Amino acid sequence: MKVFLVIPSKIMAEGLVSVFNDSGEFHVEGCMSELSHPGELMFRNIGADVIIVDPILFGHPSRGDVRQYFSRFSDAAIVALPSYSLEEEAKEQYDAVISIYDSPAAIIKKLRKAVKSSSSSTQQDVKDLTSREKEILVCVAKGMLNKEIADKFCISIHTVITHRKNISAKTGIKSIAGLTVYALLNNLLDPESVE
Amino acid sequence: MDRKHEWRNTMFSPEMKMSDLVNLDYRLLTVISRMGIKVGFGERSVAEVCSMNGVDTATFILVCTMYSLPEFVPDKNSIAAIRPGIIVDYLHNSHSSYIKYGFMEIEKAMKELVEPCDTKQKKIILSFLAGYRKEVENHFDYEEQTLFPYVRAMLDGTADGSYTIAEFREQHSNIEEKLEDLKNIVLKYLPENCDSELAGRVLMQLFSLAEDLDIHTAIENNILVPVMNMIENNGAAV
Repeated sequence: MKVFLVIPSKIMAEGLVSVFNDSGEFHVEGCMSELSHPGELMFRNIGADVIIVDPILFGHPSRGDVRQYFSRFSDAAIVALPSYSLEEEAKEQYDAVISIYDSPAAIIKKLRKAVKSSSSSTQQDVKDLTSREKEILVCVAKGMLNKEIADKFCISIHTVITHRKNISAKTGIKSIAGLTVYALLNNLLDPESVE
Repeated sequence: MDRKHEWRNTMFSPEMKMSDLVNLDYRLLTVISRMGIKVGFGERSVAEVCSMNGVDTATFILVCTMYSLPEFVPDKNSIAAIRPGIIVDYLHNSHSSYIKYGFMEIEKAMKELVEPCDTKQKKIILSFLAGYRKEVENHFDYEEQTLFPYVRAMLDGTADGSYTIAEFREQHSNIEEKLEDLKNIVLKYLPENCDSELAGRVLMQLFSLAEDLDIHTAIENNILVPVMNMIENNGAAV
């Protein structure tokens, strides 16, 4: 799993890197000492699963600021590693809070849990696919690329990706082959049109 | 190595009876058979049975713990104490058991399950399963042909340094996605005319395979990768 650090303290950042090196499950893809615009672009490109941040960078933000800030460019789990004692209320903004006194095993456990809970919270718990989602599903099953689908419906690639995310969240099916099975079993697709 | 430290986080000890270990978690029979250990333990301890079968006790207990406690993350000391060769043998035997038993049983049950469906549906579901099987076989082939020989060469001191464990970690692909898809297809979208008892049995097999593969991946990522990291950095076999 890809981890990105936004931690001003070199000691804390290096410590985390060594914890992750020993485990192999999480891999630090990048590290910044402050929040910056190029850094935001990096998050977007890297597709981090976890972002670990020292809340001191946010000063004393009002509730929701931290999550709002990161949600603009990443759906990663946001984990705090505070260099000072964090108020209870501020903790609620994060998927997990790790302490510099946690054992490596405890840190890994917390991260796993955070990744799990953040991915399930973005899952929409709605029943059926909308008609637009069905149309897009059929295109995906036929093997069309996101760009081709976007052109066909005159929507942005970003919108296609959002639709695809919602389709997978609703059906629980992620692979293209699996979505094709879904489309065929639900008679959304003529079997002759694939293969 | 401080022996006491190694067992501190685990529910199993070298001194306990092997039969008690199985009574604590019968799924460990899978580990026992893949380690090449024979049943009929009598009153012998875990350590005694392991040494009779030529299996390193610390490695055996660590794998059992990974199996029984899904949240467990081994620490540096317990990883340093294991024998990578035993882990590789274990992973290799697991691969053959998935291919020989796991998949064969699922395929057989699945064929029976979709029998009442129309030809078109039958074909779609079975070819998805066959596609998944192929993907898993490719994944295993890579490990058999590249990862395992590398580990063995590192242990013999004959590695030429052309491959490192970082490369494995980089490319280690996810084989759980399609299995997850298959679970959901059967659970949510199976045609109505299929037998529900059979469907339940297939689902149990799919869930248990998924659980087993999860632990398999965790053993690779959380034991094999870090121990090979240590060996690469120390420049000598443990």
